[in-house]
Amino acid sequence: MSTTNPENNKMRFDLEIIAAWIEPGSRVIDLGCGEGDLLKFLIHHKGVTGTGIEHNESKVAQCIEKGLSVLQGDINEEVLDYPENTFDYVIMSQTLQQVYEPDTLIRSMLRIGKKGIVSFPNFSHWGCRLQLLLSGYAPVTQQLPYEWYNTPNIRVITIKDFRKFIHDVGFNILKGVAINTHSENRFGKIIDVMPNLRATYGIFLIGNGT
Amino acid sequence: MSEYIEHDKDANSVGIVEKKLYTFAEPPGEMVLESGARLGPVTLAYETCGTLNADRSNAILVLHALSGDSHVAGYYKGDDEKPGWWDNMVGPGKGLDTNKYFIVCSNIIGSCMGSTGPCSINPKTVLPYGLDFPVVTIGDMVDAQKSLMEHLGIKKILAVVGGSIGGMQVLEWCARYPEMVTAAIPLASTTRHSALTIAFNEVARQAIMADPKWNKGEYYFGPKPDLGLAVARMIGHITYLSDESMRHKFGRRLQDKSDFSFNFDADFQVESYLRYQGKKFVERFDANSFLYITKAADYYDLEKQHGDGSEVKAFSKTDAKFLVVSFTSDWLYPTYQSRTMVKAMKKNGLDVSFCEIEAKWGHDAFLLSNERLSALIRGFLERVYNESRK
Repeated sequence: MSTTNPENNKMRFDLEIIAAWIEPGSRVIDLGCGEGDLLKFLIHHKGVTGTGIEHNESKVAQCIEKGLSVLQGDINEEVLDYPENTFDYVIMSQTLQQVYEPDTLIRSMLRIGKKGIVSFPNFSHWGCRLQLLLSGYAPVTQQLPYEWYNTPNIRVITIKDFRKFIHDVGFNILKGVAINTHSENRFGKIIDVMPNLRATYGIFLIGNGT
Repeated sequence: MSEYIEHDKDANSVGIVEKKLYTFAEPPGEMVLESGARLGPVTLAYETCGTLNADRSNAILVLHALSGDSHVAGYYKGDDEKPGWWDNMVGPGKGLDTNKYFIVCSNIIGSCMGSTGPCSINPKTVLPYGLDFPVVTIGDMVDAQKSLMEHLGIKKILAVVGGSIGGMQVLEWCARYPEMVTAAIPLASTTRHSALTIAFNEVARQAIMADPKWNKGEYYFGPKPDLGLAVARMIGHITYLSDESMRHKFGRRLQDKSDFSFNFDADFQVESYLRYQGKKFVERFDANSFLYITKAADYYDLEKQHGDGSEVKAFSKTDAKFLVVSFTSDWLYPTYQSRTMVKAMKKNGLDVSFCEIEAKWGHDAFLLSNERLSALIRGFLERVYNESRK
């Protein structure tokens, strides 16, 4: 998935929201940073000190070529090495649905960082619900474009589920938005009414405090 | 590291370079080595490419591996058969861009390519040192390089770069002279040799010492232990390749024949290749140097020397930015060894990038033309250079 539009250099809508939440000059790590677009944006526009972890060799190489500090590795393993509170923000953008042990990882995130930012595709969007209800097939959407047998997205998460999950693991949601995106996710809008039904993505700022 | 004769004679060459000599540590001010022995005078052969900028902030020190030399790139004269050993990386617009950076490469002490080593003349006896040459360490090599950098007026090195034993020198620079190193790129390297690597080095050394012509290191006025050194080199070559690269390069193909010879000539291409590599090597390399350098590499133990046994502590003094690179098919310095150093760097809060490049060429991959490696190094250096000027 391309994350920037080369013509107007506009970032993906969900990444723009994440960027808006981050204090200038803070220390940031992006777990599953892909080709590093968010990191690069944060470094250039927010003056953050940023690093990233990415599994894919080719994406790691592209990040380093862009001048980003990025490590190749498994996020579940790599987070273990950082001392406590190394970062102000630990970002995990659209990766949670691929994590085998989400509770362990969320705890690690809030050990190495003061706050976490987590985004994920909302599985209870009406499109998913309708597909399952009417066709009887597992939903395949623009946000979750795989068949059941080849999807890397092993977790089915809804916005409601995530709120409950964060409560269950003993953390707090400090901020949350539900968004609906279109046109390769570059444009979108915030959904305030019935987000669990109408939003394609949820984005949450989580932490220990309130 | 291997010799690759299929270097491209591309348009992006640094052109003609000159080997220079720097001599220091004249008695009574000899270098005091890690072993406590004194060595002096010490000569380093070195070469430079590119231009040192006005504030001397663009210097990159390239550190070579076992059999390398100061001739990192370019040609000595127009009709040279092949350029320096890392010509695919060092040159205008290349990974180490000579349009932007001032590249320094010196031959390590203990070697035989112009720097002081066992084949140099011992001023006390006016004969080649032979085994009277003191055992040198990776730390001693770095100490000598520091003298050269001071001689060149470089107080802060933008980046130290090297693969294999060169990578050990990179790490040693960061631990020994942390205030002098802005960034560091260890490639296909380790903080200490595994038993496997020491074992191969020992077999190679035994091959040399079992050659009667080695004569306890005193052969400089008679026949040299060519057979022993050639076998040592052949062993080395096997470890630099990989199962996949050997299958790809040779398979079971026969050399210039359609059937077995039913004698002990070189039947297989791989045999012929190894014999050729061994033969080429003895023409240019000194057997005693091979012993000294492999010993220095086997002794190297960053965590023991700089961290009281802790790899994390060993990286506590440096604040260099790191780019660590390993290669998937390297079984001599496997990726897990790079990962442990990355882990220790992270625990120190260091700025570290790491990439395991997919390459089938084994340990030698760091020497071969590889656009991914060049791009990684180029991007990393551009960042650290810009950040160092803020």
